[in-house]
Formats: sequence, C-alpha cells, structure tokens
Amino acid sequence: MEKDQIIKAKNIKEYFPIRKGIFSTVKEYVKAVDNVNFYIKKGETFGLVGESGCGKTTLGRTLIQLIPPTSGTVCFMGKNLSEISKSELRKLRLHMQIVFQDPSSSLNPRMTVKQIIGEPLKINKKIKNEEINKKVLLLLKTVGLDEQHMYRFPHEFSGGQKQRIGVARALALNPDFIVLDEPTSALDVSVQAKILNLFKDLQKKFNLTYLFITHDLSVIKYISDRVAVMYAGKIVELSTTKELFKKQLHPYSIALLCCIPIPDPKIKKEFIVIKGEVPSLINPPPGCKFHPRCPKRISICKKIEPELIEIKKEHFVACHLYQKKV
Amino acid sequence: MLHLFRRSLLSMIGLILILFIIFIAIFAPYLAIQHPTYVEVSTEQGTRRIEERWDINFQDKFIPPNSEHYFGTDDFGRDIYSMVIYGTQISLKICLMVVFSATIIGIILGGIAGYFGGKIDEILMRVTDVFLSIPYLILAIAVAAALGRSIENIMMALVLVWWPQYARLLRGQVLSIRENQYVEAARSIGANNWRILFRHVIPNSFAPLLVQITLDLGAVLLVAAGLSFIGLGAPPGTAEWGLMISSGRMHMFHSWWYATFPGLAIVITVLGFNLLGDGIRDITDPKLRR
Repeated sequence: MEKDQIIKAKNIKEYFPIRKGIFSTVKEYVKAVDNVNFYIKKGETFGLVGESGCGKTTLGRTLIQLIPPTSGTVCFMGKNLSEISKSELRKLRLHMQIVFQDPSSSLNPRMTVKQIIGEPLKINKKIKNEEINKKVLLLLKTVGLDEQHMYRFPHEFSGGQKQRIGVARALALNPDFIVLDEPTSALDVSVQAKILNLFKDLQKKFNLTYLFITHDLSVIKYISDRVAVMYAGKIVELSTTKELFKKQLHPYSIALLCCIPIPDPKIKKEFIVIKGEVPSLINPPPGCKFHPRCPKRISICKKIEPELIEIKKEHFVACHLYQKKV
Repeated sequence: MLHLFRRSLLSMIGLILILFIIFIAIFAPYLAIQHPTYVEVSTEQGTRRIEERWDINFQDKFIPPNSEHYFGTDDFGRDIYSMVIYGTQISLKICLMVVFSATIIGIILGGIAGYFGGKIDEILMRVTDVFLSIPYLILAIAVAAALGRSIENIMMALVLVWWPQYARLLRGQVLSIRENQYVEAARSIGANNWRILFRHVIPNSFAPLLVQITLDLGAVLLVAAGLSFIGLGAPPGTAEWGLMISSGRMHMFHSWWYATFPGLAIVITVLGFNLLGDGIRDITDPKLRR
C-alpha cells in the first residue's frame, strides 16, 4: 500500500498571516489549506477540482515545497520532506516539477527557448554546451516543437506553443511527479485538447505521475484516475473518477457536477443552484464549512466539522449525512 | 532598434548629437589647436594628483573669433575652441562615471531590497531615505572643503546623492517582476536566489531605469557644470565648461565669445541627452507612442 504512493500529504495546513497596524503584528490568518490528507499513487493522474479561491493552487505549491507548509508533513518517495536536510531536499525537489497556468508569464521574456529549457540542465548537471543543445532539441521534439524554434523568444509563440515550452522545461530534469496547475485554462478549446493528449502521451512515455489542478470538470473527467473535490481549503470528497461522476455523495460535489453541460438538447437537467458566496477563508464558518449554503444541512453541521471518512472502498466523504450510516 | 529611432525625428537628432559629442571627445587631441600639459601636484591634504595646465600667453588675450582661433581667446590668451573640445572629455567622463556608478549601487541595493523584502528591505530603504535627504549642494561643499577642489571629489559627491533614486526605482520594479510565474518556475528547477535575482528579475526590471539614466546624464552634466561655476568643482585652469563660463562672465561685455561657446557646448550636450532619453522612453513604453 505505502509502496505505490509517490507522494503523501498528512495534515497539511497553509496559513498566510495578515499583518496590520503600525507594528505589523499578525492579527489574522488566511487559511488557504486547512488540514488536508491524501496520497497520490505512482503513475496515476490525480485531479483536484474546486472553485477559484478554494486553495487548490496553494495545495499544489505546498506539495512540491515551493511554499513550505505551515504545519503537517509531505512524504515524497518515502521520505519526509520536513525531516531531511536542506541539500537533500534541494535534490529531491528536482524530481517534482510544475507547469503553470499562464504560459506567457511563466516564461522569461528575455530568454530564448534554448536558454529557458536549457537552464535546469545548466544549473543541475555539469554537462557541456553541445550536450545541452542536443538535450534541448530532444525535449523540443518530445513536446512537438522542432529545431527552428530553439533561438526564438517567448513572445513569438502562440499560447499552446508556450505551454509546450513550459512542459519541456518541466521535463528537462526527468521528474517523477508533475503538478499541472490549470495548464489548459488559458488556452482555447481546440488547443486544450492537443495539450491534454500531449500530457497523456508523456505520462505513458516517461512513467509520470500528475497532480492535475483545474476547475474544468470535463477536463478532469477526461484525464484523471482519481479526483478530490476541494471546498474552502478542505477536501470534501475523494474518489475514483468513474465512481465520483456516477454517484457523488457530498452535497457540494452533487451541485458542482450537475453543472457540466451535456451536449444533447433532449436531455433536460435539473440544476441545483448553490446559494450564497464562497466563505471567507479568514473567518470560515464553524462546523462544516459548507453548511451555510448546504441544501441538506442538519443541526450537527453548525457545530462539528465532519472528517474525511472512507464510506465505500476508495470513496472518501467529509459530510455528516453519511457518517451516521457507517 | 535603429528603425524605432527613425520614427521620431527628435530622438534621432538626440542620437546624432550624442554620437557627435562622443566623436569629439575621442578625437579631441586631433581636433584641437592647443593642448594642455598634465603635471603632478601635491594637494593641501598631502595626496598627489594630476592637474591640467594650459599655456598662458598674455599677448594673445581677448582675440575675437577668427580663422586662427575659431572661438577666440580668453583672458590668459588660451584658445577657447581647444578648451571647449577638451572640455567634452571632462564632461562626458563626469556624467558617465557618476551615472554608471550610481546605477550599479542602485541596482544591487534596490534589487536586493525588492527581491528579499521583509527586514532587509526595511533597512536598505531607510538607508536610502537618509541619502535621499542630503542636498547635493551641501554635500558637494562639504566634500570640496574636506577633500579639496577636484573633479574626482565632485564625482564622488554626486554618486552619493544620485544612487538612492535608482535604488527606489529598481526596487519598485522588482516588487512587481518577482511575482511573475517564471520566477517561481526558476525556483522549482533549482535556481538559487542570486541566479533568480540577476538572471530573471533584474534584466526584466531594467527598462524604466534605462530611460531615467539617459535623462540623468544631462542632469548630472548640468549639476557638475553648476558646481564648477560656483567654484566647487574643477580646479582653476581646467578646461571645464562651467568653470569657463564662470571666468568668462566678468568679461561678458567686451568679449562675448568667452562665456558663450562653453555655454553652447553645455546646451548641445544636455539637449542631446534629453532628446535621446525621451526617444528611449517612447520606444520602451508603447503606450506613450503617438
């Protein structure tokens, strides 16, 4: 069980302090990620969905240690990242890479494609310039670009091509785990499909594990093996994609998934409209964070926060409605 | 780059003027008629330095411009044309060195303050504020009084008052540039802070600074000439434009050429730098393009 987990998050919290007043004293915290537990299996694509501002991007960055977690531990390839030495962490971190949402701001406008993709090689591996050239060319071909693109600058490319360059840079160090932070949401639909297929091909070729962060449910359905639904900094439901799209349990997931449009005008769907706003992450409501908007709330929801519990095999839900039945 | 300059006539004129001035500075020994000699003298403070000496010839004093002395001669019979030519070297040296040194200090301190933030930022910016509050004239007088009257001392004083504005400008830029995702991407591929700062952040923050630098070249030249004019800069006998105007102003009514030609030289050079700076600003900021 433990063996095939590539990365495991245990009680991860990420609080950002808000400083106020003359002496910049910490008055409050933004609880972007609040006590999250999950693991990702080797070779799978793990989807993370949720509204904007629910903490999914922060969770992705915390996992690969771009932001150190406020508390909790991340285990990567069996090693606890908060316990190992700094130099070991530096080395291990290179096995985790990230592809960003906005392809134009994720590439340095003053560097050529060759410099951008070659930079990780230059920093981490003592190899000669010619070998870097060779490797960069190979990487470009892997992501569907070619030699003529090598000496151009980022502004000369389309959004989809820029994203391919970003992917090539992430692949340069032969990572095992890649966080894809809404990699397709800045692209138009036809390009999205091509990039998604590229991700699938690369996964097979290099035996990669993905954490796919998005708010686009049809993308998640297409690409991921397991999905976690996040709400206000917490995972509310976690299951295999098949199971989740067939039978959601958490009221939030039900409302969320009924929003996927079905390309058939004959099918009439009933929309469940969630009323109200996403709760403030500074002062979240007590008990279940979803209770002010929940159509099925019961009295206990206001007082006690439900825990993420396995209801069926591989199906976790954090909701009081189901906890009684267990 | 050049085709962008061509769009605006004024910046093109600025560029040509500056290239012309640089040409004169480089080929001064070939263009001038008289030449200074350089002697080593010891100062009151006991240090030694090279001083410029021009031959004095009282028979030739106050000759109006003619075919031999294009700009006439001064009260010591020295050729004003040659002195204006050699003055180009001094003026360019002052403004380039001052702005260059101030830029280096400003980039390093502003970059570090903006990138690392927190306490480092707070400390560096308060130091900057202290320097920003020093009036350049008072500092120049103090430096001239303490270290003696020389071009090097004036340059030092100007660098001390000039760098804070570059530090502030760059810090502001760095604050916005460091939020770009390519900075985060660089961190995830294992780049250390210094590499990120000097390879990713500073090169992308530099454009507004470049405009400021070109505009400042003219300003520094004016200030340096002004300091020499009130007797704080170049020592007497130097072919410095401000100093020449200062000694020429007493003879304004009988020999107009004495103060006029060095004054024209200052006007042309400052105008050139300002037009060039405006041109560069228009090029780097497309929103201002007409």
